[in-house]
Amino acid sequence: MTPSVTDPAGTRVLTIPLSAEDHRIAWLAAAAIGLSLVDAAIPTPLPGIKPGLANIVTLVVLLRFGWGAAVWVTGLRVLAGSLLLGQFLAPGFFLSATGALASLLALGLARPLLRAGPGAAFGPVSLSIIAAFAHMAGQLLLARLWLIPHDGVFLLAPLFACAALFFGTVNGLIAARILAEPPPAGAPMETDHA
Amino acid sequence: MSASSPPPASPGAATRPPADWRLWLGLLRPGDWLTLGLGAAACAALFPLAWQGGRAEKAVVRSGGQVFAELDLQQHRTLEVPGPLGSTVITVEPGRARVAADPGPRQYCVRQGWLARPGEIAICAPNHVSLQIAGRTSAYDSLSY
Repeated sequence: MTPSVTDPAGTRVLTIPLSAEDHRIAWLAAAAIGLSLVDAAIPTPLPGIKPGLANIVTLVVLLRFGWGAAVWVTGLRVLAGSLLLGQFLAPGFFLSATGALASLLALGLARPLLRAGPGAAFGPVSLSIIAAFAHMAGQLLLARLWLIPHDGVFLLAPLFACAALFFGTVNGLIAARILAEPPPAGAPMETDHA
Repeated sequence: MSASSPPPASPGAATRPPADWRLWLGLLRPGDWLTLGLGAAACAALFPLAWQGGRAEKAVVRSGGQVFAELDLQQHRTLEVPGPLGSTVITVEPGRARVAADPGPRQYCVRQGWLARPGEIAICAPNHVSLQIAGRTSAYDSLSY
């Protein structure tokens, strides 16, 4: 994204040339934001337990377009999603940002598990479960360090872990099913983003 | 977790079995089962780890707001605590403690019986004596938001 300044008729117009990749990330982020709104509308028995449907998008983007794109899409989703829900800079925003950061780091580390070709031992479901656990651990750690500085928060850890396992598996299966479809025409299988 | 490749998964992407659940199961590779198993083990391990903080370890006896004695919940013991009305008798057994006798008029703390979980407390208000069970970490008896 390099801004170029043109000057027709005296007014300075700032044009930002958009690459196909920018468009793609915007589309995918929009899908992720939509899913995170759906997520927020689903009632849950315990605060903190959510399906995390937007992570399906993160997973698909990671495996189709690489880690860099996944970071972009997830970052935009967390930011715009929190703005839409009125959570920006509220504790919920920091919790979801920390969870997203932790799961992206875990995904980056676990990604090589899948590199072994079509007969690979590990599939998207593994990545999804690992990311879900990292998400939960990151959030729990932030909650312990900042929001509820008492070991009592760890009483919730087993329930969160079970939820992470369940929703991680379900989201991973959905992502795997999406990935089993041929990629949309014109989309490169993997481009590395800086 | 290094990929110590188990036998390769069936190439389920192209061939679609009719049953829907089969289709979903086909998306799970052998390593995914391993991850699922490890995840389930982690969940199972977390329950005792996180919820066990509740081992009663000692009984704290207070008189007039001051700590009068801290009793180890390992052996049998009886303790008399003096107060304004007379003496409150506290009995300790391995893992539990109770107020055995109290000079107070309503006997609430005596009728509470055995206390065995951290945070449990029997208060003999008239005689200014309380008996509380403590664990490894002190627990809140209430939280409000």
